[in-house]
Amino acid sequence: MRILVCVKRVPLTGGRMVLTDDERALETRHLGFTISPHEECGVEQAVRLVEQHGGDVTVLTLGPAEAEEQIRDSLAIGGDRGIVLATGGEEWDPQATTGAILDAIEAERASGGAHDLIIFGNESADSGNYQVGIRVARALGLPVVTGLKGLSIEDGFARCEQEVPGGRDVYRIPLPAVVSVLEGINLPRYPSVPAKLRARQKPVETSTPERPEARLEMVRLRVPPGQGKQAEVLGNGPGAAPAVVDVMRELGVA
Amino acid sequence: MVLVLVEHDGGEVDELSLQAITLARELATGEPVSALLVGAGGREAAAPLTAHGVGTAHIAEGERLTEYAPGAWATSVIELVDRLEPSAVVAAGTNRGNEVLGHVAARMDQPFAANCIQVTGEGPLEVTRMRWGGSLLEEAHLHGDPALLSVAPHAVAALAADGADAPAIEAFTPTLDDADLLVQVAEHVSTETSGVSLAEAKVVVSGGRGVGSAEGFGILEELAGLLGGAVGCSRVVTSSGWRPHTDQVGQTGTKVSPDLYIACGISGATQHIAGCKGAKKILAINSDAEAPIMASADYAVIGDLTEIVPAVTAELRKAGGP
Repeated sequence: MRILVCVKRVPLTGGRMVLTDDERALETRHLGFTISPHEECGVEQAVRLVEQHGGDVTVLTLGPAEAEEQIRDSLAIGGDRGIVLATGGEEWDPQATTGAILDAIEAERASGGAHDLIIFGNESADSGNYQVGIRVARALGLPVVTGLKGLSIEDGFARCEQEVPGGRDVYRIPLPAVVSVLEGINLPRYPSVPAKLRARQKPVETSTPERPEARLEMVRLRVPPGQGKQAEVLGNGPGAAPAVVDVMRELGVA
Repeated sequence: MVLVLVEHDGGEVDELSLQAITLARELATGEPVSALLVGAGGREAAAPLTAHGVGTAHIAEGERLTEYAPGAWATSVIELVDRLEPSAVVAAGTNRGNEVLGHVAARMDQPFAANCIQVTGEGPLEVTRMRWGGSLLEEAHLHGDPALLSVAPHAVAALAADGADAPAIEAFTPTLDDADLLVQVAEHVSTETSGVSLAEAKVVVSGGRGVGSAEGFGILEELAGLLGGAVGCSRVVTSSGWRPHTDQVGQTGTKVSPDLYIACGISGATQHIAGCKGAKKILAINSDAEAPIMASADYAVIGDLTEIVPAVTAELRKAGGP
């Protein structure tokens, strides 16, 4: 089966959100980058499915040209080839993102065949719009199930599991299909050094789609109030235990 | 008119939907607010909505609207939108709320702003929405007609409105095709849970990288057990395989709201704080007095958690237990 996984490059934010001077982006000069967590699990899930059923995994990203780094990381997990839809680093809203991904899927179909399964993260760690997978599915006329904590393939159907209070809801949908997954559906492997080296040799195509006008138009970002408390130090070392128990009593938990 | 998709279960409206109605009232600025409840139990659930300023409750009914199906719910919304022409459609920022509005947005080719905490203006609406699980806010213009938006959970308090009579009930049967029902819950698997659930625990004893190993959580489990609480952990702990993902507190894990959250050896990355900021009080136990967690914690003990946590447990036992 042919699987496409869509991933997003996001900064590793650490302990504090710091904005650029124009307040339109995070200051990332001192930050590393990673695959958005849900999507990293999406890559792992795709690789496991192909290990089980055969096929290949293509990993696609829309982002700055540097997002090739996250494509290479995905190929180190076990993806076969990558596609970078390179932007100038500016924001693309969900509809613009959907359009570029659809064009890329159309080109894939024209050149090598359609995908049996397209995997998204449920929402990106940074912008959290919860919709690109649904929009892509709708445009392609494919069924879509979101928020998966379990995914297996049986007889041309995808068995999809969502965690709900008290248990799991199960869906069975025919392939081809679109799904979005959540972190925890699996524990992504840590790529070995040989796997990382092999990833460098795998094919990655880059194109530069044109950005349409945003309809969810980011104006500015701001850090919410509440950061910048100063903890009251109850003490140092085990000698602070009585003070901790006093606080627990005050709060009514002990 | 503003239309709100209201989630309900067992004849009762979900609290998060009441919060969405509150924001919808602000957005409506005097215009009517209508509700849409899908499926069996909708009529019963709709009755008390008058206290929240809902004038008309539309109930989507039909024998095919039994188990949740996002496509069928979206069709119900779109039928009403075509008929009533609301200026905005609002849902709670739940799994289902965001999913259904995602489908509505895709089918109507309209933008959709998820997890808003504030909305003002008219065409384009000025929305403030959550990014990074609430660690960052985005101010955006929403160029949609109707405007489609969901309300971030617990960002808006559900306030009652001056109600008059019970809301008018208008039932309808949406026209569904097979594609609307291709994705529908087929089965519900119950899982046995033992102990206190992380999401509902009054005390959470949580560990991060500083705990050092899977075995290191033994002292946290002991303390949590004594307090009748649950054990949590940070993302690095699950990535390292020390604890299952079900124990993870954070933006991509469980959101907790205990009376006391004890963060042991947790540096305080924004990813983690997004999951525990709902706690009434946070106690940080950390060897680094400058760790970012200190800016989110109410109390701190500085030092080696492998000494401090057992000392707290011993102190509780000495004092006759909780």
